[in-house]
Amino acid sequence: MSTSAEILTLPSRPPRFAFLRGLRLSGFPLIPTVILVGIAFVAVFANQLAPHNPEVGSLAARFKPPFWETGGTMKYLLGTDQLGRDVLSRLIFGARVSMVVGITAVIFAGVVGTTLGIISGYLGGWVDQLIMRLVDTWLALPALTFAIFLAAIAGPSMWNIVIILGITYWTRYARVIRGEVLSLKEREFVRLAIVAGCSKWTIMRRHILPNVINSAVVLGTLMLGVVIITEATLSFLGVGVPPPQPAWGLMLSDGKQSLMVGRWWLTIFPGVCIMLMVLSANILGDWLRVKLDPQLRQL
Amino acid sequence: MKQYIVRRIGYCLLSLFLLSLTIFFFVRVTGDPATLLVEPGASPDDIAAIHHQFGLDRPLLVQYGLFMASVLTGDLGQSFYYRTSVFELYWSRLPYSVMLATAAMAFSLLLGIPSGILAAVRVGRFWDSAGKVFALLGLSLPSFWVGLVLILVFSVYLGWLPSSGSGTPLHLIMPAFALGWYFAASHMRLTRSSMLEVLGSEYVKLARLKGLPQALVIGKHAFKNALIPVLTLAGINFVIMISVAVVVETVFAWPGVGRLLYEGVAFRDFPVVQGTVLMLGAMTVTVNLIVDILYAVIDPRIRLAS
Amino acid sequence: MPNAPLLELENLSTHYVSAQGTRVVRAVDDVSLRIHAGETLGIVGESGSGKSTLALTIMRVLPPAARIVSGRMMFEGEDLLHKSDEEMEQVRGRRIAMILQDPMASLNPLFTIGNQVAESIRAHEGASRAKAWNRARELLKAVRIPSPETRVRQYPHEMSGGMRQRIVGAIGISCEPRLLIADEPTTSLDLTIQAQYLKLLRDLQQAHGLALIFITHNLGIVAKMCDQLAVMYAGHVVESGPVSRIFNAPAHPYTEALLNSIPRMSDDRERLTAIDGQPPDMSRLPPGCSFAPRCPRAFDRCLQMAPPETVTEEGRTARCWLAAPVLNTNQPALRREAV
Repeated sequence: MSTSAEILTLPSRPPRFAFLRGLRLSGFPLIPTVILVGIAFVAVFANQLAPHNPEVGSLAARFKPPFWETGGTMKYLLGTDQLGRDVLSRLIFGARVSMVVGITAVIFAGVVGTTLGIISGYLGGWVDQLIMRLVDTWLALPALTFAIFLAAIAGPSMWNIVIILGITYWTRYARVIRGEVLSLKEREFVRLAIVAGCSKWTIMRRHILPNVINSAVVLGTLMLGVVIITEATLSFLGVGVPPPQPAWGLMLSDGKQSLMVGRWWLTIFPGVCIMLMVLSANILGDWLRVKLDPQLRQL
Repeated sequence: MKQYIVRRIGYCLLSLFLLSLTIFFFVRVTGDPATLLVEPGASPDDIAAIHHQFGLDRPLLVQYGLFMASVLTGDLGQSFYYRTSVFELYWSRLPYSVMLATAAMAFSLLLGIPSGILAAVRVGRFWDSAGKVFALLGLSLPSFWVGLVLILVFSVYLGWLPSSGSGTPLHLIMPAFALGWYFAASHMRLTRSSMLEVLGSEYVKLARLKGLPQALVIGKHAFKNALIPVLTLAGINFVIMISVAVVVETVFAWPGVGRLLYEGVAFRDFPVVQGTVLMLGAMTVTVNLIVDILYAVIDPRIRLAS
Repeated sequence: MPNAPLLELENLSTHYVSAQGTRVVRAVDDVSLRIHAGETLGIVGESGSGKSTLALTIMRVLPPAARIVSGRMMFEGEDLLHKSDEEMEQVRGRRIAMILQDPMASLNPLFTIGNQVAESIRAHEGASRAKAWNRARELLKAVRIPSPETRVRQYPHEMSGGMRQRIVGAIGISCEPRLLIADEPTTSLDLTIQAQYLKLLRDLQQAHGLALIFITHNLGIVAKMCDQLAVMYAGHVVESGPVSRIFNAPAHPYTEALLNSIPRMSDDRERLTAIDGQPPDMSRLPPGCSFAPRCPRAFDRCLQMAPPETVTEEGRTARCWLAAPVLNTNQPALRREAV
């Protein structure tokens, strides 16, 4: 029996950047989770961690660069802004704003969206049509424009922003959850419950809801990044969380004033913070999506 | 097909109706609209006059009727700041936004499509991983920060490009890049998945079985088919670009409708805010309708399905 | 008259390896076949038996997860296995052509028929657009498509299934290959059209001196079209040889069961005979003969050791312990009633 020993198609070598994949797909994304937990930690213990008061600065110490540049001091590690406020402290307290607003808004949107999605999907009929038309309209208008509009006419306050973000993004949940409910409706255990005489609300609460929680959570992590960017955008445009409370977007807006004279630290650091948080949330969300429910891949 | 078009138009009208209703509703629900409708720093007399002028003391339904009547006739009010019709303001600024969106769209396609194809053809290897990183970065970097960093590098440090205003093509480069960055990533992802699907299709298999050179298989058979969903998305994204350009236009002081919205917000110029949002929303809905209809005309499956 | 085979496969094996390298599916396992110029070889088997993978192996158009792990492939005396990609592109379509099962899926919806038929001609022979399109029109005529001048400018979705399959056939013969591999070309056609198509294939074969490998699960077609037959099961060729001799006296129990399961008008039996059991899970094959779990004649050795391929007579092989020549004297040859 003659055998040619050569392998005749290229054997697959492990790709050189396999570690990137490990970061993202097969293994648990350790670094992003650490980053997110770290930011949460910083947000909670801001009062203890921040070296200075983030809202009050000393005008004598305006525009100090980070400590490693000439003119910088160890007192203000990452420099100061136009009012002499310590950048590092503002970043730390800004983390609190981002975390609180981000998580609350995501939960709010999630609760509203999931509830309406379940109702719409399960009850069907005109309720479904009405809710879906509303969702379609809402989705047609870009979220950012809508959020800006609402923020402009409502008063400036953190909770207003949370509500606005919730109102803007609940539609994403509603659509997806409704789709899931539509297919869940046909499953055995739901039919059994109907035959057993459970009321509609009981079925929705005890049978449908637990099965869509997975998707809602995955969607939540994916939306966290979007919400944070929107919040930063609103702050940047001046309609976000009101000053003097520090928000990363607001810091970027302040920083823009002195960008042209090269005060880079006022722009780079807040942006890096936003990027780290959103990137981590997205990576985690991607991994969750793959792990928890392969059906959600099309999200 | 006619039925399809009629239904789409119906949805469009319904959406427009709901849009106006939403705007109307939210203005009313967040407090006394008179405070918005009146110029900053007005006296109680002015507020009373506004109440009367806009019929704010009349029943809601009547108010809505008045609102819709003026909207439909193109009367979106007068800008406090510019003292001209909001409607005119919007249309005078729109060309700039279109210009920016076109440049940004071109950039996003020129970057997104080739990288998506490369990622699909080299799936699992270096370019695919690089593509995935690119996609993540596109999603995670706010467009205005990209713009700010670009200004820092190219205007402040290198001095090559102007940091604000319009006028020369040089002014367009950075804003287009900042705006297009997110969409480049989005287009790359769609191109990649569409290409992968096409590469696994039977007609591509047959093309290879025919002994056609690899370049022809990918460049002719796979490419054209893979491009269809991407271009559809791009069409829809174009209008979205105009809307989300508000931050990029603000960063670069680009005189488009986005910046108009920002000015309205910053100067508390409520008619501008309301009018711009209405117009943007209406534009988005209408363009979606047009894309839907075009789709019906082009795709023979829908054409023959009726 | 010994003439060299046109295509010769020896101990060919193609495996699918899962991404982590854990699961191996031996889709094509130790396959040896040969076909001579002008001959028709039928390859028969259930789905999953490896017939399509075998065809793709010959053409070397395998998906990335598949690997040819051993064996030899010689076509007109040339070693196909060691050709580079560019060299294989010269072989495909021009010297060996293949037609696929679903003509709607195999034709690109965005390009005209003429474009797709002329394509190979332009690519392989460097013909000009005008010449290639002329040839395309002639080819459409050759496959009996009415009004080829108008058809040539139409798109695939404007034609019926039977016409599309003829076009795929036209593409196949467009560069005058020596060998045509047809992977279940009639499976997706209406019964009434199948017969016409088969006749067309036979006529084309005779007109062009083509060798034809006809992959199918339908023994009736094999009886009509093929000179030689290879029966595949779980990646192995379990029996091969001339069609008439196999039909008269199958050497392998699987072949016998296949032949028995064809219902006949003259049958006295009241029930249809199906083959017991399920097709095997290719990623978890039992030790021993892969057909043994379903074989009515299996005995101990079958379950323990996989039988080698043995030559039972001149020109016939079988992979079965029952067919080993040593046992011929004791074991009566398997017979079935004359057709």
